[in-house]
Amino acid sequence: MTAQVITVTSGKGGVGKTTAVANLATALAMDGKRVVCIDGDIGLRNLDVVMGLENRIVYDIVDVIEGRCKLKQAMIRDKHYPEMYLIPAAQTRDKNAVSPSDMVRICNDLRPDSDFIVIDSPAGIERGFRNAIAAADHVLVVTNPEVSAVRDADRVVGILEAEEKGNPSLIINRLNPTLVKNNDMLSAEDVLDLLGIRLIGIVPEDENVIIGSNRGTPIVTDGKSRAGQAFRNIAKRLQGVDVPFMDLTPQSGLWNAIQKLAGRK
Amino acid sequence: MGFFSRKRSATSAKERLQLVLVHDRTDLTPGQLESLKDDLIKAISKYIEIDPEAVRIDLEKEGREQRLVADIPLKSSSRHRAG
Repeated sequence: MTAQVITVTSGKGGVGKTTAVANLATALAMDGKRVVCIDGDIGLRNLDVVMGLENRIVYDIVDVIEGRCKLKQAMIRDKHYPEMYLIPAAQTRDKNAVSPSDMVRICNDLRPDSDFIVIDSPAGIERGFRNAIAAADHVLVVTNPEVSAVRDADRVVGILEAEEKGNPSLIINRLNPTLVKNNDMLSAEDVLDLLGIRLIGIVPEDENVIIGSNRGTPIVTDGKSRAGQAFRNIAKRLQGVDVPFMDLTPQSGLWNAIQKLAGRK
Repeated sequence: MGFFSRKRSATSAKERLQLVLVHDRTDLTPGQLESLKDDLIKAISKYIEIDPEAVRIDLEKEGREQRLVADIPLKSSSRHRAG
């Protein structure tokens, strides 16, 4: 068995790439998979804090590439899931310290002893993005139902097509069902129709995601969180399990009350 | 802002994105599309009489496929031969 390399990218910053990586990796680890996360954002490292591992960093990916440590030494073991590791980005070094061939080599070294390698791509379509997709078997494009995020996602999908990186899958993150219902937010169907790629998950907006980041504990570990459920479902789909999409009609609020009164629910 | 104009913001987002994505993907600005249309009208007019005002040239998308669709009605005088 050899690992599947999954790269999470988006074009636009701030759509939830790092959150998606931390949550998908944790969900895969919860399913008993051996997972290695790689932070591809050289100079702007963040996956470590979102995963709650910032105090354990000794070496980073640039130390590995420049031969200051062995690959194993830069792999930080997770606090709760011993089969999950993080390879952190360098914080201070030149972002050109990593090349696409370095990423391919590191992933190839990791493949025999892992089930999934999850790479967090930086925003943009520059060198860091090229590095992040170089080794990918499967690219996940994260977007929000919002004009600038969808436009940038389309650019990224176009580049992936041109580079023949296979068919990417789409994660629509931070969908607000009430806004969609009121026709004040693009629906998942709208976004899919615009981008024309395969959907792998829709993550509803959920304030618990921020609470999870604050604590360094990804939200997938919270059984009650809707966003956590959405990420757990995506992790299952990455393992080839056919999971139905969640019902994202608004759970409460005025509209729901009106519908109930009108006898439509 | 009125209730109805507020309601349509997602529709407006989708319509605007449809146009922007088509131009982003083809790397063709609306201005370039206009000159393409003018050149096409000139070329066709050498052989057959058309009404330049009625010509419609649009970029359309189907999934991730792009296509240039031209609708070029012939001038009614072109039908004289048949009559």
